[in-house]
Amino acid sequence: MQILKYLLIKEFKQIFRNKSILPVIFVSPMMQLLILPLAADYEIKNINLAIIAEQSSTESRRLVEKIQSSGYFKVVSNQHSIDVAQKLMEDDKADLILILPYDFETELTQQKAVSVSVLVNAINGVKAGVGNIYLNRILMDYSTTLRELNLATTPSLQSNIEVRDSYWYNPFLVYSHFMVPGILVLLVTMIGAYLTALNIVKEKELGTIEQINVSPIKKYQFILGKLIPFWLIGQFVFTVGLFVVAEGVYGVIPLGNVGLLYFFLSIYLLAVLGLGLLISTYTQTQQQAMSLAFFFLMIFILLGGLFTAIESMPTWARTIAQFNPISYFIEVMRMVVMKGSTFKDLMPHFGIMTLFAIVINSWAMWNYRKQN
Amino acid sequence: MDIILQNICKTYTKSGVEALKDISFEVPKGELFGLIGPDGAGKTSIFRILTTLLYPNSGKATVLGLDTQTHFKTIREKIGYMPGRFSLYQDLTVEENLNFFARLFNTTIAQNYELIKDIYIQIEPFKNRPAGKLSGGMKQKLALSCALIHRPEILFLDEPTTGVDAVSRKEFWHMLKRLKNEGITIMVSTPYMDEATLCERIALIQNGQILSIDSPEGIQRQYPFRLFAVKSSNMSGLLRFLRALKTVQSVFSFGEYHHVTFLNANASVVDELKIDIKRAGFDQFEIKETTPGIEDCFIQLMPS
Repeated sequence: MQILKYLLIKEFKQIFRNKSILPVIFVSPMMQLLILPLAADYEIKNINLAIIAEQSSTESRRLVEKIQSSGYFKVVSNQHSIDVAQKLMEDDKADLILILPYDFETELTQQKAVSVSVLVNAINGVKAGVGNIYLNRILMDYSTTLRELNLATTPSLQSNIEVRDSYWYNPFLVYSHFMVPGILVLLVTMIGAYLTALNIVKEKELGTIEQINVSPIKKYQFILGKLIPFWLIGQFVFTVGLFVVAEGVYGVIPLGNVGLLYFFLSIYLLAVLGLGLLISTYTQTQQQAMSLAFFFLMIFILLGGLFTAIESMPTWARTIAQFNPISYFIEVMRMVVMKGSTFKDLMPHFGIMTLFAIVINSWAMWNYRKQN
Repeated sequence: MDIILQNICKTYTKSGVEALKDISFEVPKGELFGLIGPDGAGKTSIFRILTTLLYPNSGKATVLGLDTQTHFKTIREKIGYMPGRFSLYQDLTVEENLNFFARLFNTTIAQNYELIKDIYIQIEPFKNRPAGKLSGGMKQKLALSCALIHRPEILFLDEPTTGVDAVSRKEFWHMLKRLKNEGITIMVSTPYMDEATLCERIALIQNGQILSIDSPEGIQRQYPFRLFAVKSSNMSGLLRFLRALKTVQSVFSFGEYHHVTFLNANASVVDELKIDIKRAGFDQFEIKETTPGIEDCFIQLMPS
């Protein structure tokens, strides 16, 4: 125990003396957590819309007004001919083209079905898709209003089915509520895995590990001396991220038990630090460790379910996601923060994460032992 | 015997390099023993096996009567190792490094201060300086202090004087003599032949094989030929000239002089050579018989 104490003192001295690693640990995660959720906002505004009203009429003007007042669209052109609009789309200045046919108003007043065309510039898939949905919703809305108006005059018309969406657990679809906890998970993961791997490999690179190896200290003491500091740092970063940034800045207040989050984080950090340790046993230089860690974290992050839903991935990607610690923590975060899930709901997550921690660390220990 | 190596072989599996080929020797308690050989001779591999960092492929090594493979834990408590490369924590201060290594061995600086005092006192004024910011000579003193802080019974020093200035080297060997007088067995390696004479016994090693083991004087005595030192104003011309002579067995450039041995070294050969050289027109010509140094012995022992 005495020896472990001195190992920890030494480790913390080195961490707090390292002028380049300190900001990486304490400042950059907070900066990222402040800035990234703003950038990773899926709510799309300023969709450039070109309208072609083949014949200007009261109804077409009303529709255009309605579209403009929604706030999502910027009408970049409102012409009679298609050429201008097409040119705009070719120049990437228009994301959507709405074509109102020549007899738009006439047909409407005669209570006939009117088809309008929507052309979508699908180069930016997300923007195109979302823009299309918004525009459709406005058109639906517009036609419902019309129908209600007509209903007042001709009450014989059939009744309608109306769809009303209601978003559970996040009624206003606030993106920051599910982005911020997710990004926090990524930051804690990266700090834990990178720092552990780099720290141990640095001892190899500088040869200091030789001096440790010829001393009577035991392997487990050395490894604990490395894991404990980064485990504490992970907890610290998570705490600041959760209470200062998520709650203080974005107003994300966990619905569920915060203690449960910390319980899961404690196991999760063991798995992530174990990954760092494992990487360090397979590499000789910090550069190699960095590349290897980058490779794994990149996959884990992209298949972690933060940026794209795991459910919509192909089968093979879903299989990988099952072995991805990040995806479990992101899910736990969302379930506890937004849904208020309890330990009983999260039992499978706890079980799997514990298994991860045990397997990864045993593997790392085994490989570390083998080398000496 | 404090150190015993019996038929040690080591081949590195990854590179396939045969680093040690059937190495056997012994070092008695309290001896200052030197491993002399060029880079890549296998010196570091021997150190790593004896310090329990590396397993040999075959053969047996014992340190203080303990097998290096089965009793490595006990051995580690009793030896001090200073690797060839400076490997202390560069971002910790002099004092912190020393304190840390003392603690790893469950001791304190105060407990063993007497042993390291002579060495440590020279770097003590810089004790709050990060180890990475020390000069080469001071780094070496700190490394030696750290290797000694737990009062080891055997000290392993892998090329401690490589990259250190001449004055610091001299001081360092002086310190080793003092530690030897404390009763510590010391095994030291060096690529510098001139340092070999400072050891009690030396092993000349090359390509993973031991060429000879004896005291430096013993090795010099075993030199089988008469050795002559030759010089003139045109040294490179002289070297070419000597190499071409049929009577000359070997000739090597040794700083100021060329060292020459003859196939049949009687007085007449030397006289003939003098005449030949004069005829060839070399100025300020000088020839004298000399005693062989360790380097002469090493070159002579090297398989050609």
